[in-house]
Amino acid sequence: MNAAGAVPAFNARAVWAIYRFELARFLRTVGQSLLTPVITTSLYFVVFGAAIGSRMGEIDGVSYGAFIVPGLIMLSVLTESINNAAFGIYFPRWTGTSYELLSAPISPFEIVCGYVGAAATKSIILGLVILATAGLFVPLQIQHPLWMFGFLVLTALSFCLFGFIIGIWAQSWEQLQVIPMLVITPLTFLGGAFYSINMLPGVWKTVALFNPIVYLVSGFRWAFYGNADVAVGISLAATFGFFAVCLGVVWWIFRTGYRLKQ
Amino acid sequence: MANDYLLPMTHILEIRQLSKTYASGLQALKPVDLDIRRGEIFALLGPNGAGKTTLISLVCGLLRPSGGSVRVDGHDIQRDYRTARSLIGLVPQELATEMFETPMAAAAFSRGLFGRPPDPALVERVLRGLTLWDKRKDRIQTLSGGMKRRVMIAKALAHEPRLLFLDEPTAGVDVELRRDMWALVRGLRDDGVTIILTTHYIEEAEEMADRIGVIHKGELILVEEKSRLMAQLGSKTLTLQLQDPLAALPAELSPWLLKLKDDGHVLEYRFDIHAQENGIPALLRRLHELGIGFRDLNTEQSSLEDIFVSLTGKHSQVAA
Repeated sequence: MNAAGAVPAFNARAVWAIYRFELARFLRTVGQSLLTPVITTSLYFVVFGAAIGSRMGEIDGVSYGAFIVPGLIMLSVLTESINNAAFGIYFPRWTGTSYELLSAPISPFEIVCGYVGAAATKSIILGLVILATAGLFVPLQIQHPLWMFGFLVLTALSFCLFGFIIGIWAQSWEQLQVIPMLVITPLTFLGGAFYSINMLPGVWKTVALFNPIVYLVSGFRWAFYGNADVAVGISLAATFGFFAVCLGVVWWIFRTGYRLKQ
Repeated sequence: MANDYLLPMTHILEIRQLSKTYASGLQALKPVDLDIRRGEIFALLGPNGAGKTTLISLVCGLLRPSGGSVRVDGHDIQRDYRTARSLIGLVPQELATEMFETPMAAAAFSRGLFGRPPDPALVERVLRGLTLWDKRKDRIQTLSGGMKRRVMIAKALAHEPRLLFLDEPTAGVDVELRRDMWALVRGLRDDGVTIILTTHYIEEAEEMADRIGVIHKGELILVEEKSRLMAQLGSKTLTLQLQDPLAALPAELSPWLLKLKDDGHVLEYRFDIHAQENGIPALLRRLHELGIGFRDLNTEQSSLEDIFVSLTGKHSQVAA
């Protein structure tokens, strides 16, 4: 039967098991998982692109309908990354099946790889689906496709890590929704998803620079149109910084056993 | 590491001074030393809150120990946790399953989680052994409580553990399923799996265990062979089936502290098997003198329950 020492230094099979298990859940509900954001995005384009956008001028040489595409993708990717990752780890805690994660020969890093990897995969697929949907409504140009994909992946990973932290912290379904609803959605709307922060009056522009979402949206929009509210290097550094902070918190959670082990 | 070679390999689990004190100050487990022999069924008995689940959770990595060490087949559960945990299977007390998954997917997931390569044939064997094969494609949430319990066992067995923890495996299951579980546990032992089960069904320990540990208020107060435990600590009961029922016990029989049962048809006399004078010859003579005849008689060993109550009762008195 089992042979002692059979588990390698990196338990890739466990990571793959978690990854597949989480993606299987996504695929079971793929219709509603993708249809909802596609319909929502289409509605945004009908309202902001056709109804209101046609009355608005270009921003930084880009039509308003096309200008909001990166922001719309970010809005969905941020929200879904947090929700997917938070749900992924909260659900086994809620059902009690997290005992198996804690008793398996798997390191914290591998657990994070499995859950965050699966949640980020879903978010990236979602982002690309929204991008394709946007292409049906407005003429798209992507000046730096690799950077665009890089920003998408980094943002998905960072916010999946953030969602993972929320999933560990939350002790009820209500708490699971509090941060995304009360913090992330307002910050995204105020983070330049639908406008350039250069359009804001002086003091509000300064205030907006304290919003981390500004840097994500700005960097992502730069990859599309070559224009940005803040320098792309700063956007990249801010995104990496957020990623590093989330990674540090996850490391602390497993080191202390916060909400996992007494 | 060199010491690993000196460990007595008859023991698959070695616990040394393992203790747990929660941040609140509650000492859930006082320092425990325990060796589990390879291939045995060990029953951990104790009332609710005694520390049984705490002990299991510490060994399996669900709780952080406050002190002490644990080795599984010579592998330290902290320094060499991957190998140690790969040898352990755990079926917790609470019914916790992936309710939207199928038994087959859940078992395959568990196997992968423990770093084992996919083996559909083995998963099929495990599911068939637990009579889950017909339900393999059903959502777990649609299964009965007993079936869910089997799914949890299937998940614990899917990575072929050498040491299986069953925490209250038959809590809340019907008599038939309980018998099935006992047969399953014996079958696992025959396959070479060492089993540690916690229970407060004393009948379960009596039926299955090779050795018994009694835990009380966080302290392991006794570890003994089941047969020796019962022989050392037990008493016996003499039961007499009377020819004619008695309306009441005659005063002449009062020295024996008899019990009259079944509407006066049965007399019971409990005696100490270690006492020099057990009182039986005198009792039979007195019955003859009183003209009380009996159709049948038999003696029974006292149950583990009696022993358990006696032990925990004595321990509480000493502690007080």
